[in-house]
Amino acid sequence: MRQRAFEQHHRDDWEQLRHVLNDLDRPRRKRQLNSVATGCLPKLYRAVCNHYALVCSRHYSPALEMELHELIVRGHRHLYKGRGAHLWRLVIFVSVGFPQVFRKHIAYFWIATFLLLAPGLLVGGYCYFNSELIYSVMDDAQVAQMEAMYDPSNRKPGRALDRSAETDMLMFGHYISNNIGIGFRTFAGGMLFGIGSMLLLLFNGVFIGAVAGHLTRMGYQDTFWPFVSGHGSFELTAIVICGASGLMLGHALIAPGQRTRIESLKWRAADALKLVMGAALMLLVAAFIEAFWSSSDAAIVVKYSVAAILWLFVALYLGFAGRGSHGAG
Amino acid sequence: MLDTARRYEIPEGIELGFRVAGPVVRACAWAIDLLIRAGLYLAIAIPFSFMGGLGLGVTLIIFFLIEWFYPVVFELRQGATPGKKAMGLEVIHDDGTPIAWSASLIRNLLRTADFLPFLYATGLISMLLNQNFKRLGDLAAGSIVVYRDKVGVRPELPSVKPLHPPQAMMRDGGRTLLAFAERSAVLTSDRRIELAEILSDLTDRKGEEAVAELHAYASWLAQGR
Repeated sequence: MRQRAFEQHHRDDWEQLRHVLNDLDRPRRKRQLNSVATGCLPKLYRAVCNHYALVCSRHYSPALEMELHELIVRGHRHLYKGRGAHLWRLVIFVSVGFPQVFRKHIAYFWIATFLLLAPGLLVGGYCYFNSELIYSVMDDAQVAQMEAMYDPSNRKPGRALDRSAETDMLMFGHYISNNIGIGFRTFAGGMLFGIGSMLLLLFNGVFIGAVAGHLTRMGYQDTFWPFVSGHGSFELTAIVICGASGLMLGHALIAPGQRTRIESLKWRAADALKLVMGAALMLLVAAFIEAFWSSSDAAIVVKYSVAAILWLFVALYLGFAGRGSHGAG
Repeated sequence: MLDTARRYEIPEGIELGFRVAGPVVRACAWAIDLLIRAGLYLAIAIPFSFMGGLGLGVTLIIFFLIEWFYPVVFELRQGATPGKKAMGLEVIHDDGTPIAWSASLIRNLLRTADFLPFLYATGLISMLLNQNFKRLGDLAAGSIVVYRDKVGVRPELPSVKPLHPPQAMMRDGGRTLLAFAERSAVLTSDRRIELAEILSDLTDRKGEEAVAELHAYASWLAQGR
């Protein structure tokens, strides 16, 4: 068959496909075709793929080849586009997918926990017994500011004095941008063969431990511990999970196993992303608790009770949510 | 290695082609996005700054969202950030399908690693070492930045009286003849003649006559006698 005859014979199919694609390119509200008309996209698309293969093998003109190529690329994009229902998938992810992925890779979580906890306890213990050590972790101004934040005479614990007048909303914004940013950076640090994540975990452990040890030694335990114990449940766990996701990337790069390094990275990154996104949602909850609950002036016993409930909730959620259900994640 | 054209096979059993985008054009796209983001920051910070602590809190949250999710939102909506779109680029998966949630989030969260130690130095090295110009985020996400095909007007074959080409040109030269005839309209007359005279040994013609001869062959190839 000659090119001209071929074109005349199939031109209708191409025009119809173009018509459907033009309609699909419009925003959903402005579409003119009904679902029956757009529903024939796969059939038309496959027909045109067939024509394209013929055009190539019969050495028809490059312009015709390009015309069909463009149609097929557009059709391919529409046919293989991701599914919608984002909100529902988010619900499934939170209730089932995230805890499942967490348990699947729990080894990384324990390693990350150790990396945060070990220096935390070590430095914290030293700072508790030694009043000088805190100054090797942070400088004088930082120590003074931190002491002022948790001074029992401070009306709103956990906030520096010059900030106490500002609203909870400001602190909410600050905690979100600061903490979730740290979480994401910890994840990205995994690309440096896991060293970035590891350092961030160690650094956070040292810093948090030093502050806790120092303040307890100062006798500020009744302002400090009730403040941090509540949101700490979500925040510390989430930071450790971010660290775990970074360690996963590092593991994929250092020990790719049977795969090539890049394939192994791609394979693990998918699950690591689920971990870090779940952790980001946990940090969002933590920011909310920290801004609106932790700084409130509830009685210490109430704060400790709420903290206990929150820790228990986090443990139950990560340990049991989504057990026994399949096909998620 | 210098050719940026890549082909991938799709499930329908045919191969599609695309051209990967290099560091320079991507840096330009990034710079455009940077300007847009700076504009957004200003447009948000100024009105909210009159609202005290509440306004500041909201500003911080929006800044955070823009910093991390600006590229993700646009990549999911239209396959490219406004900067990339302006430069005619788009992001797709390695297998040619449109970018989805997971890959877009991975490649954009890992920007932090690519940025190290300053101004995407790591990303640039990764791009130069990789034949598809992938930065670290692209490697982990399995994504690739390519040129968006421009929808061009299809050039027409010159309509002249068909003439049977010599047998020597029939086998492999056919497609080249058609390509020449279709491109004739965008070539200068000198260039047309120069190209056509390469085949003077076969056509025995010179100058515009050689061009017309080849057009006649192309016409025969497309529609027969």
